[in-house]
Amino acid sequence: MGLLNQRFENGNVLLTSVDDVLAWGRLSSLWAMQFGLACCAIEMMATGASHYDLDRFGTFFRSSPRQADVMIVAGTVTLKMASRIKTLYDQMAEPRYVLSMGSCANCGGPYWEHGYHVLKGVDRVIPVDVYVPGCPPRPEALMEGLLKLKEKIRKERLILKQTA
Amino acid sequence: MIAQELYDLLKTTFSDGILEAKLDGVIDPWVSVAPDRILDVARFLRDDERTQFDLLTLLSGVDMTKGTLAAVYHLYSMKRNHKIVLKTFVPETHPHVQSVASIWRTADWQEREAFDMYGMIFDGHPDLRRILMPDDWDGHPLRKDYQVPEFYNGMKVPY
Repeated sequence: MGLLNQRFENGNVLLTSVDDVLAWGRLSSLWAMQFGLACCAIEMMATGASHYDLDRFGTFFRSSPRQADVMIVAGTVTLKMASRIKTLYDQMAEPRYVLSMGSCANCGGPYWEHGYHVLKGVDRVIPVDVYVPGCPPRPEALMEGLLKLKEKIRKERLILKQTA
Repeated sequence: MIAQELYDLLKTTFSDGILEAKLDGVIDPWVSVAPDRILDVARFLRDDERTQFDLLTLLSGVDMTKGTLAAVYHLYSMKRNHKIVLKTFVPETHPHVQSVASIWRTADWQEREAFDMYGMIFDGHPDLRRILMPDDWDGHPLRKDYQVPEFYNGMKVPY
């Protein structure tokens, strides 16, 4: 519970909105889909390992898209892989998020001109929530991207009626 | 054996199957072989007691431009510690080369790559299909005159 740890006397009541609690719960355990495409995946693995310890943000890797909340597209998306990524995205349960990691997934990166086999940005096949620049981004950058995603989720309102 | 001796041996054994050679002034001396004799030459080079080329270190395709494709074979003998490069030149209109996958198993996937990237046909290959590009891809991307398609399966390809 972090901030709330042992701060209260017996029998206290906390007031909050249901939306805030739901958002807090969802953003605190963003399970990522376990797949990597290129060198960015090495940085992603480093971020998940003990030194950077992604688990402290509530993010760890699940090997099934059914159990994942966020897809980290870490690396070069080839045209051959693009349809597979679309399938994996479709298999994820909503609400789902996509974090595009690195220049290749953002816009094609160094393959933008002569990469006959590279999709110039994963946002051509699936919607992207956060773009993390870098080639590859350092683990700190990936964590920053996930924190940005958390900010986005924190502001989401699920049970309120949407007014146009 | 040095390159000159290897060339002389090949020339006396295969005569018209050996087309030309460049042995001096290059890092890797090479011998050009007729595309319909490469299988015999490969088998000879592997099995002969004097050559014993037991390792195919590299097989690659090349677009020589002006309508010519080439297959390049970098051979090395672990037992004899000598090496040689073979080349076969074929026209783009009829890019058929004999497969050497039955001589060196390494050639299997590398010939598939040369087929995928340059459209070279390796006759006698056990399973000649694309290895890198998707099966439904059009064209051979590393040819010099290759044009990137506008769309692939509904996805825009150019930036």
